[in-house]
Amino acid sequence: MEIFLQQIINGVVQGSVYALVALGYTMVYGILGLINFAHGEVVMMGAMISLSALTALIGMGLSPLLALPLSLVLAIAVCMLLGYGIERIAYRPLRHAPRLAPLITAIGVSIVLQNLAMMIWGRDYHSFPQLFVNQAHQMGGAIINDIQLFIVIAAVCVMAGLMFVVHRTRLGRAMRAVAENQHAAQLMGVNVNRVVSITFMIGSALAALAGMMVSANYGLAHYYMGFLLGLKAFTAAVLGGIGNLRGAMLGGLLLGLIESLGAGYIGDITGGFMGSQYQDVFAFMVLIAVLLFRPSGLLGERLAERA
Amino acid sequence: MLNSLLEITGLEVAYGGIQAVKGIELHVGKGELVALIGSNGAGKTSTLKAIAGLQPSSAGEVHFDGKSMSSVEACRRVSMGIALVPEGRGVFARLSVSENLLMGAYSRSDAGISDDLQRMYDLFPRLIERRDQLAGTLSGGEQQMLVMARALMSRPRLLMLDEPSMGLAPLMVKKIFETIREVAAQGMSILLVEQNARLALQVANRGYVLEGGIIALSGRASDLLQSDEVKRAYLGG
Ligand SMILES: Nc1ncnc2c1ncn2[C@@H]1O[C@H](COP(=O)(O)OP(=O)(O)OP(=O)(O)O)[C@@H](O)[C@H]1O
Ligand SMILES: [Mg+2]
Repeated sequence: MEIFLQQIINGVVQGSVYALVALGYTMVYGILGLINFAHGEVVMMGAMISLSALTALIGMGLSPLLALPLSLVLAIAVCMLLGYGIERIAYRPLRHAPRLAPLITAIGVSIVLQNLAMMIWGRDYHSFPQLFVNQAHQMGGAIINDIQLFIVIAAVCVMAGLMFVVHRTRLGRAMRAVAENQHAAQLMGVNVNRVVSITFMIGSALAALAGMMVSANYGLAHYYMGFLLGLKAFTAAVLGGIGNLRGAMLGGLLLGLIESLGAGYIGDITGGFMGSQYQDVFAFMVLIAVLLFRPSGLLGERLAERA
Repeated sequence: MLNSLLEITGLEVAYGGIQAVKGIELHVGKGELVALIGSNGAGKTSTLKAIAGLQPSSAGEVHFDGKSMSSVEACRRVSMGIALVPEGRGVFARLSVSENLLMGAYSRSDAGISDDLQRMYDLFPRLIERRDQLAGTLSGGEQQMLVMARALMSRPRLLMLDEPSMGLAPLMVKKIFETIREVAAQGMSILLVEQNARLALQVANRGYVLEGGIIALSGRASDLLQSDEVKRAYLGG
């Protein structure tokens, strides 16, 4: 029972990160009908930048209480610029091109960002500085530590904020209007390019936050970390129904739980034949199952409605 | 041409190699209701899109209130006072009725928005009962009311309507045209595109007949209604 509860906690923590990243995929898809496969690399950049900034600031003798938020803000700012740039350079010129074209530039951008990160930070794993005693709290026999607690709380607050913006503000209305009908939105006086840029920037800010969360939780960051994480978050977005914000959050949470419970019990299920190192398999089994049985995802509309 | 709000000279619109509008002259005076009629593919929608800035013109000029629109983006023309209710309506189906109306006021930042919202509900009482409903669930006629109200929410100086009667039952068409008359009576300048030529010319002050991208006829609406050419081609006899 304790193991079960522990796997649930781990799943919720990991799921919060997936949800934040999945929101970036789903927002861009909702507005442009485009899958921004470079999004995972933005998460990686967020992780690397925040980690470097943190190390540097601590080295300058700043207190961790100041250094942590500062490096997060820096990572968010740089990633927002990055997201803006990616859209301007790789996607906007191809707005009316066949769908395959921006997919290929997305892969190109991913490769460029990965190599850029490798040139800046090298191929080694970078470790997240130990700043506080990461206190562990007992919860019904299972354990949740400070960082995990922070991840879940921050993710919930950020997602609530995002839902507020999208559903209750003028900007959010414009975003939903553009997602539905760009021409009509223009006729309302909406600057479509601006709304698209803002969408990329919001998604990238969430990615930067997620990147810092992951590296703090695992204590590591690496130039290649964006690939698998991005792919899994994309899976989460598809699971929830791509284009649907609630779907991305639900999909992220579910994927985190599936992975964590799967990894915890895979040994029992297969009689010890497969161990928890097969954790990554679950995400892609989920992706295949969704694509086979419910391509529109859990909360997604039928694709025909969008056409 | 004095007091002219919209002034179009030599306008051409092309899609790739296809010329849809081949050099037309058209104007709308302040407070005037002008009908633009013509058969399918004549270039009516293309003309309105060029005025709204959704479709670039390949030649010619659009002047609004004396200012050239050639370098003004579509999204900025709205705040200058040009509103287009597009063909096929273009409601935001997954936004509620009231959100659709608020989108109409997107380009405004004055304090009068909520008063105008109330005014639209007075003009179209059907909408108030459905204010929190998703716009996609409205009937065709209600959607047409919604997009007209949405366009009015921008406080336009020129209201352009592209086939507002399309696909509606006769009773609803009547209701929509009554509203057009009402809005015009309050002094709004209107450019009305219609397949239903008789109805359009009955409410309009002046009219243009577009044929194959060229203005074939123009004049006072009452004269056009009497013209043999118009009768034969557009009024069924
Ligand atoms: N996006 C487009 N691409 C290519 N050709 C187009 C496009 N839009 C319109 N056309 C062509 O331009 C011509 C004029 O079209 P337009 O829509 O302006 O006509 P219309 O008078 O509004 O017709 P209807 O009464 O059927 O709405 C037509 O021959 C049409 O096929
Ligand atoms: Mg048309």
